[in-house]
Amino acid sequence: MSNHYDVIVIGAGAAGLTAGIYLSRAKISTLILNEGAVGGQMVLTHEIANYPGIESISGYELARGMKLQAQKFGSVIKSNIKITNLALDDALKKVTINNKETFTSHAVIIATGGKPRQLGVNGEDEFKGKGISYCATCDGDFFTGKEIIVAGGGNSALEEAVSLTKYASKVTIIHQFDHFQALEHYVDAAKNNPKINFIMESKIAEFIGDYSLRKVRIENQSTKGITGMNVDGVFVFVGYVPNTEKLEGLIELNNNKEIVVDKNLSTNVAGVFAAGDSIAKRYRQVTTAVADGTIAALGASEYVNNLKKEKMLVESL
Amino acid sequence: MLYTNLTHVLSGQEHAKLLQENENVMICCGRMGPMCIPVYESMEELENEYTHVKFADMEFDSPDAKVIRNLPECSGFAGIPFVVYYKNGKVVKATTSIQSIDQITEILNEHFNHK
Repeated sequence: MSNHYDVIVIGAGAAGLTAGIYLSRAKISTLILNEGAVGGQMVLTHEIANYPGIESISGYELARGMKLQAQKFGSVIKSNIKITNLALDDALKKVTINNKETFTSHAVIIATGGKPRQLGVNGEDEFKGKGISYCATCDGDFFTGKEIIVAGGGNSALEEAVSLTKYASKVTIIHQFDHFQALEHYVDAAKNNPKINFIMESKIAEFIGDYSLRKVRIENQSTKGITGMNVDGVFVFVGYVPNTEKLEGLIELNNNKEIVVDKNLSTNVAGVFAAGDSIAKRYRQVTTAVADGTIAALGASEYVNNLKKEKMLVESL
Repeated sequence: MLYTNLTHVLSGQEHAKLLQENENVMICCGRMGPMCIPVYESMEELENEYTHVKFADMEFDSPDAKVIRNLPECSGFAGIPFVVYYKNGKVVKATTSIQSIDQITEILNEHFNHK
């Protein structure tokens, strides 16, 4: 089978799969490459209740439906691969996977998404799954009757803190600022919950334990004073970081390492488009990723079709 | 019910039989949830490559899953899935929470060799 496609989509979350659906339906040959499991952050969501037309669906089911739809129209999907080289500058784009196979295309859509931000402090890797969790619905029941901490101050942190009170005897929210970034109704729900208390202007500085987590050290951001707190579990919800490490120096990124795009989701490199959570934008939802995937796919289709028309014109002369 | 293409271990008896009949076994004990699905998918991908390893799953909430939940190697675990690697019926490694395909591959290569 040829290793050349009209478009290579990097990433198989909501944006990448939507791009695949649109491209392959338009008879644009499409390869979707994905470093992890198909579905991106959608599969990290237990229930999606705000996807128009679908009352309630698990992230896994929605991702699976998008994957099957993209494949049905002809997209080729390779997941759990490693992208080892990217050459985007020339008219012919090249993507090498696993250091052994290179694919070429006229256009590339980058939809690499994001990943949950870690706190990046001592003990975090060691106690992941042994007291530290990033998924309340997965691991909440391990902490029934126990005292836990939720780190973060956004919508996810406050919503999950409230949901964790179903299990935990006490939930302490630790947030680095003196105010929350979450929407007012999430803040109100947390403040009105008698099991929740707050430590503001503070950060977790270290996780301590033996075979499981026992204690955290907390640093006050104003005084820089450190206090210890015995705890059974910590749930971390401190936002997301874009998966753009491999793009540094290849396309324009902003200070937050997000991809800079124009209104058509073109990057600063001709033939390279970007979509989804890895681009610079304000709102990150499944629906916005789907919209981005659509726009990028239509832009890439137009780009590829124009190239083909130019080539036919030159050949006819 | 776990919606995977892996071998499903449904009882303690099946678990014992699986260990008896296979030298190298990897069992992912989880739910159909966000931290577990990527692990099942990685196992499905690796199944064709590691033909000398038996890849299986087991429902975390099934009472029979105590054969995994209560393993001493899983004490202190507080994140699903619990993934256990057996060689000749003995636990050689156990992990908790989500693992990447690279992390799984590293364990398979270390304990079961790559053919």
